[in-house]
Amino acid sequence: MPEPALPPDTSQGSGPMPEPMLDVVGLHKTYPGDGRPVEAVRDLTFRLEHGEFVCVVGPSGCGKTTLLKCLAGLMAPTSGRVELAGRPVTGPPADLAVVFQEYGRSLFPWLTVRANVELPLIEKGTGKARRRELVEESLAAVGLSGSADAHPWQLSGGMQQRVAIARAVAYEPAVLLMDEPFAAVDAQTRGDLEDLVRDIWRRLDVTVLFVTHDIDEAVYLGQRVLVLSAAPTVLQEEVRVDLPEERDQLDTRKDPRFAELRAWAYAEIQRAKADVHRSGAGPRE
Amino acid sequence: MTAATAPARGPGTAAHAARRAFRALALPAVLIGVWWAVSSASGSYLVPPPDVIAAAFAELWFSERFFADALPSIARLLGGYALALALGIGAGLALGSAPRLRALTEPVLEFLRAVPPPVLVPLLILLAGVGNGMKVLVIVSGCVWPILLNTIEGVRAVDPVLADTCRAFGVRGTRRLRTLVLRSASPQIMAGARQALSIAIILMVISEMFASSSGLGFTVVQFQRSFAVPEMWAGIVLLGLIGVVLSLLFRRVERRVLAWHTGLRAATRGE
Repeated sequence: MPEPALPPDTSQGSGPMPEPMLDVVGLHKTYPGDGRPVEAVRDLTFRLEHGEFVCVVGPSGCGKTTLLKCLAGLMAPTSGRVELAGRPVTGPPADLAVVFQEYGRSLFPWLTVRANVELPLIEKGTGKARRRELVEESLAAVGLSGSADAHPWQLSGGMQQRVAIARAVAYEPAVLLMDEPFAAVDAQTRGDLEDLVRDIWRRLDVTVLFVTHDIDEAVYLGQRVLVLSAAPTVLQEEVRVDLPEERDQLDTRKDPRFAELRAWAYAEIQRAKADVHRSGAGPRE
Repeated sequence: MTAATAPARGPGTAAHAARRAFRALALPAVLIGVWWAVSSASGSYLVPPPDVIAAAFAELWFSERFFADALPSIARLLGGYALALALGIGAGLALGSAPRLRALTEPVLEFLRAVPPPVLVPLLILLAGVGNGMKVLVIVSGCVWPILLNTIEGVRAVDPVLADTCRAFGVRGTRRLRTLVLRSASPQIMAGARQALSIAIILMVISEMFASSSGLGFTVVQFQRSFAVPEMWAGIVLLGLIGVVLSLLFRRVERRVLAWHTGLRAATRGE
């Protein structure tokens, strides 16, 4: 069993640390429930540096979505704090964009593709000329320039998720949160979309937190992978993905190092599940 | 991927249009024919043949009578309907987005909806007199419920993912109301509005049958009392025609407003 390639952040040497882009400290979330509170996230502490691409994996039902909602300011944590570029997140921050898993339900079916991408910009107060520019650019970036006047339901699932990505990109966020964005698209489309996201991340100055249940995807995409435990969630392990920056669906996935990392992450997740079974888990006390 | 949707049944050719017109008019033509045969065979004074009714219709409604009786009725109908739409959608948006308020008001709303609006006429005459105000109020009091209750349902059913999307991108206030809430509730709102339209026509007539001296409902009753049978029939036919025209107009509006919904449903079924 390969060892984790790198210990967590602590090893980054002395000197003044640059301000993290996203700083999560002691995040805890318990849902009140009907007399039986459910502890979804127990204690999460991690940070994303400016421009990083970090993937979060964990066993299913491990509170990934809860975590993401707390980060996006869509849900208040029970305790702990989230900071975006040094400012505490209390509601949805203006320099953060989200791509949801359910593309079919996160796009407005009554708006065209163009209007879907433009809507957040109107609300943001972006000028008309600049808006048009951003919409054109972001649709071109996801390869959908020709579909600007279509409605989302006229497009395939993969194309719809591209629209959602274009909308997030046009918003010009500092941080891009992606919640299992490719879980519902077919395998080939998925590969294309993964490369698209890598490409966008490298071209734009954006920090990406990518939540997935797919270990291969996490290792393929990320610079770092955080492995979560089963609920109530803690940070189980963390690994730096020391694969070359230039990634390719064929070559990267053939790389022995890819297989090692993948196996390591897989083992960690198995361990996370086993821990739960042994301790009987459950949201007690 | 694109063909599954609306344009499949485009404008079509002239032959196509002729076929459609034939299909729409064939049955009415047959029915009028049957009517003709039956009425001339029986010779009943109460069931005059279509040509007599048509003559009475032309004489009656292609005169200033149309402006004196029909037009004010239609104006009250549309006014009451518009008022009910504004009231129903407005209150529906408020109640639909406030669960506590909704729980509080629901029993009362159900009760009020269950009261048959015609029984309100005597009450409204006392409160609002016998003028236009009373007649419009009768129409509003019957129309508003299906619109209100459907709007509430529609607002409650807003997709949580879409709501989260709005929040995440900071879309709020009136823009949220317009682009998210109203649009996603529009299928239900339109269903309520369609019910309300037929209720409005019924109530327009009923409101004019009480203590009234003009209007379509009044005209029909007056002709009936004076045994002007063909004219009475002409009044009924006009009411029917108004109903048909309004429902055609409604369908046009609905097709525009709900184009996305029709397309979305077709696309979902196609997969």
